[in-house]
Amino acid sequence: MPAIVPTTTTTGSVEATVRRSKRSTPYVLLLPGLGWLAFFFVVPLFASLATSLQVPIEAGNPDGGFTQAFEISNYTQAIAQYWPQFVRSYVFAGLATILALAIAYPLAYFIAFKAGKYRNIMLVLVVAPFFCSFLIRTYAWKTILADQSPVTQFLNFLHLLPDDRILNTPLAVITGIAYNFLPFMTLPLYAALERIDFRLIEAGNDLYGSPWTTFRKVTFPLSLPGVVAGTLLTFIPAVGDFINAQLLGSIKDKMIGNVIDSQFRIVRDYPTASALSFMLMVSVLAIVFVYIRRAGTEDLV
Amino acid sequence: MSAPTVDRSSASQQPRDNMPQRPGVLSRSLRWVRDHIIAIAAFLALIYLFLPIAVVVIFSFNKPEGRQNVTWNQFSLDAWLNICRDPTICDSVGQSLQIAVIATAVATLLGTLISFALVRHRFKGRAATNLLIFLPMATPEVVLGASLLALFLNLGAPLGRGTIIVAHIMFCISFVVVSVKARLAGLDPRLEQAASDLYADERATFRYVTLPLALPGIVSAALLAFSLSFDDFIITNFNNGTTVTFPLYVWGAAQRGIPPQVNVIGSIMFFAALSIVVVAQIVGAARRKK
Repeated sequence: MPAIVPTTTTTGSVEATVRRSKRSTPYVLLLPGLGWLAFFFVVPLFASLATSLQVPIEAGNPDGGFTQAFEISNYTQAIAQYWPQFVRSYVFAGLATILALAIAYPLAYFIAFKAGKYRNIMLVLVVAPFFCSFLIRTYAWKTILADQSPVTQFLNFLHLLPDDRILNTPLAVITGIAYNFLPFMTLPLYAALERIDFRLIEAGNDLYGSPWTTFRKVTFPLSLPGVVAGTLLTFIPAVGDFINAQLLGSIKDKMIGNVIDSQFRIVRDYPTASALSFMLMVSVLAIVFVYIRRAGTEDLV
Repeated sequence: MSAPTVDRSSASQQPRDNMPQRPGVLSRSLRWVRDHIIAIAAFLALIYLFLPIAVVVIFSFNKPEGRQNVTWNQFSLDAWLNICRDPTICDSVGQSLQIAVIATAVATLLGTLISFALVRHRFKGRAATNLLIFLPMATPEVVLGASLLALFLNLGAPLGRGTIIVAHIMFCISFVVVSVKARLAGLDPRLEQAASDLYADERATFRYVTLPLALPGIVSAALLAFSLSFDDFIITNFNNGTTVTFPLYVWGAAQRGIPPQVNVIGSIMFFAALSIVVVAQIVGAARRKK
């Protein structure tokens, strides 16, 4: 995300380059890519909005096709029926984001300040697992967390599991989501931490700040751009994810992505699916913009 | 969250060091844990990262008893020696590779052009352009996939390879723009200035200065786009029609049991990517030494 990108101030020499180029050049460069996005990203959103307001041609029979209408009640019905999945998606995604932050922060901190010449190797190690297909990794978690697996038995031995199992519980879904988006959390955190002048942290220590105080007052605030970027990059895909809920959760752990997927592709109730998808997009964007504003890093966008 | 504390413990240690008796084994080991808490947390995080990979690789050598490859039965090289026993696996990998190559080529070209416009030119509508680049990344994949399907259904477009490629190019463009832009923004604009001072025309400056400097960013953007495309399941699943990519094959196979060949392909992908990155690192380090 753009937050990782240091914004360099344009200097006079850039303007010299700019002045020489023809005025139309930037638009020629932009046209193909933005045209693609306009046609296959913006237009589909409107198609989805239009679909969300359609009604069945024959009332009550979704198999007979749909016709364009302005049926706002599609939205109210969808909310009335699926609000638990909506709420669950946000709760699971929020918890998974916090868990990913808790795991990634020490890792990023270690790579930025302590890894020395092993820094690049460790960065490779952080990214490498994610070249092994997403679905295969999630299936591997299914094996790891299975009821008879060593991990589950060990945690049971310590009496740490309320239900005596991990697979098919919300815990499995949340750890699965946190795992899947961990590099999206670690890399921005690393980029932000790496830019911190370590002398500032040393100064905090020299002024008799306890390690915890120095972290709270110096390190963490300075790493905030990375925290904002990392949490967003984790939270956004996490809210819409349904693979983890499908593979690692029980029927009670379904998220809004599962509903949209099944309504669209299996039930074929396109208006309801589109209404849900549109509400998901609007609510995610609202959260993203409020969050960016409150975090005070508007240059992110 | 285990608080990553700053590595300086002398202040809090001093009173203990003045204690008359030597601290016991327990307190010494506790202190060791406290002093190395960040390293321990980082190490545990790496274990968490690699646990599933280890399972994938180990079970690629398994000879499963039934159809489900989830419990260890017997060591076997069978899956590695007969990857294509079920030809649908290799067909789906081929399908995914072709789609990823086309999507990567187009998305990298379009995204790179946008990055050049954003970094090297001033124009009206920059804010709108940035927003249009940002929005697809801020939209959950399920929404992207569902909306595209809504469009294709309303247009009556036949679903298949074409619609998958269209979708992949769409979601790869933004990621390409972000990584190429990062590289271009970090370049010293005076290098291009110097080229034009040396009477290079615009085309020669681009060909001999700008492009070679931007190339690492473009290459890493292409690799990112390739892996995003190759691994995509959610968006593809909406727009595939009857075309089966590798992730779709894995998803479908899950119902009747995933064969160990899938683990073999996962392992190959992992080790191939790892070696590409390691080689790139070594080459980069060697070049810097020169």
